[in-house]
Amino acid sequence: MADSVLIKIINGALRYKGEGQYVLSQVNMSIAKHQWTSVLGKSGCGKTSLLRFLAGLLDEKVDWSGSVETPLQGDLSQHVAYMAQQDLLMPWLSVMDNVCLRFRLSNKKITEPEKQQATALIEQVGLLDKIHHFPEQLSGGMRQRVALARTLMQDKPLVLMDEPFSALDAVTRYQLQNLSVTLLQNKTIVLITHDPQEALRLSSKIYLMHGQPAQCHSFPVPTMDVPRRLSGEIAQLQQQLIEQLGKNHASS
Amino acid sequence: MPPRNPFTRSAQSAEVKPRKIGSSLLQGVITVIVILAIWQCIVIFFKMPSFILPSPGAVLQKLVQRADVLVFHAWVTMQEILLGLLLGLTMGLFFALQMLLFKPLKRWLLPILIASQAIPVFAIAPILMLWLGYGIASKVVMAALIIFFPVTTCCYDGLRSTPTGYLDLAQTMSASRWQTLRHIRLPAALPTLASGIRVAVVVAPIGAVVGEWVGSSAGLGYLMLQANARMMIDEMFAALFILALFSISLYFMTDQCLKRAIHWRL
Repeated sequence: MADSVLIKIINGALRYKGEGQYVLSQVNMSIAKHQWTSVLGKSGCGKTSLLRFLAGLLDEKVDWSGSVETPLQGDLSQHVAYMAQQDLLMPWLSVMDNVCLRFRLSNKKITEPEKQQATALIEQVGLLDKIHHFPEQLSGGMRQRVALARTLMQDKPLVLMDEPFSALDAVTRYQLQNLSVTLLQNKTIVLITHDPQEALRLSSKIYLMHGQPAQCHSFPVPTMDVPRRLSGEIAQLQQQLIEQLGKNHASS
Repeated sequence: MPPRNPFTRSAQSAEVKPRKIGSSLLQGVITVIVILAIWQCIVIFFKMPSFILPSPGAVLQKLVQRADVLVFHAWVTMQEILLGLLLGLTMGLFFALQMLLFKPLKRWLLPILIASQAIPVFAIAPILMLWLGYGIASKVVMAALIIFFPVTTCCYDGLRSTPTGYLDLAQTMSASRWQTLRHIRLPAALPTLASGIRVAVVVAPIGAVVGEWVGSSAGLGYLMLQANARMMIDEMFAALFILALFSISLYFMTDQCLKRAIHWRL
């Protein structure tokens, strides 16, 4: 079951409406259930477009050809939780209310079990003492932890991450990556990143995206369990990844 | 330990702290006293006749003497200003929402909006008198008209410039258009709307008083015109003083409330 595929993209091609040039073409990907899949590429290569497409944010703006196969029922975008580079915490809501944003949006009263669940999640991300604080009173790392709790509260099988750790300092990033792996154990994650180390530490599958229109290629990853410690092997692979990304940089 | 120098930092800071708390109040009191003193000096040294510039003492005397009349007229003007604010803010918010929700409507509403600002309120005041009469209604509309433009533009700008990330997040949580408006767009627009309200609170009294000048049977503007015609300049100043006091306190109260209620920035 662990190795079963949650999403299979076959021959995907995407272009924005009204534009001749395709952003993505011949994208083939298989995203394994309960695993982290990273998509690496330089900025502007179309990796965010792919993620936004999967999140259902581009439905009216793009032409898509190819197929997205999934065993999930109904629209894929209904099974998605989204974590962006910015924490996207609403500054007018407390930590608790931000975590419960999903319920607030649907005008539902937050029930007692939901409140308990939210409290438990906030405790798991280590912010129980900050539960009634507002986002402006928190540091960048804490804010992204609240965003993580909010994502978990959504309780969706698929979590799409768009460089959520990139604005953090090295130590905070390392800790938050570990925390995310622990807390998102039963989720399938698609992580967009431009940090080879991050991809190597977290993912069971890495896709490199390059070219114009962008294509993807799979990159071999070590077989150790995630989150991986930074070892010699990781460093070597990181070197390879950077070289390959650099080569693609030069050729495109 | 050596004896403490009275001018060390700690001694100073202990002295500074209590001053800081009442500093804005003290500053205000000093400003008022200085202005009154200059005023009194001008009256004495230039031998101003009381029908040109009455002394502050004379104005104060009038304030006490005619307190009942002043309170009556001030109450009328206050009603006009507050109702005008209410009407103008409601209309502004409504217009802004319409422009946001129905994109094509914006092209039709925008010229009306600009026209409402381009035509001087002074120019349409007589027409409003004609249609709405000498009572409170025409002044309320006037105050509302004068704040309509700043409120609408602020509100529309605020609603339109919601960070796209927030909207994306709401969409992935499958929020409807209405839910997004209610829980994301409106609160995100509040800081911008607050600056619109601050402007409105300052400007609304202008509309009300202009309305009273053009034609009315009560209000501080009316009282000032009447006093002026009868050369009771001290009474005119007394009315002016009340009006200024009301406008300034209205602004500071609104400002404090808004600061407390809207503590965030985007």
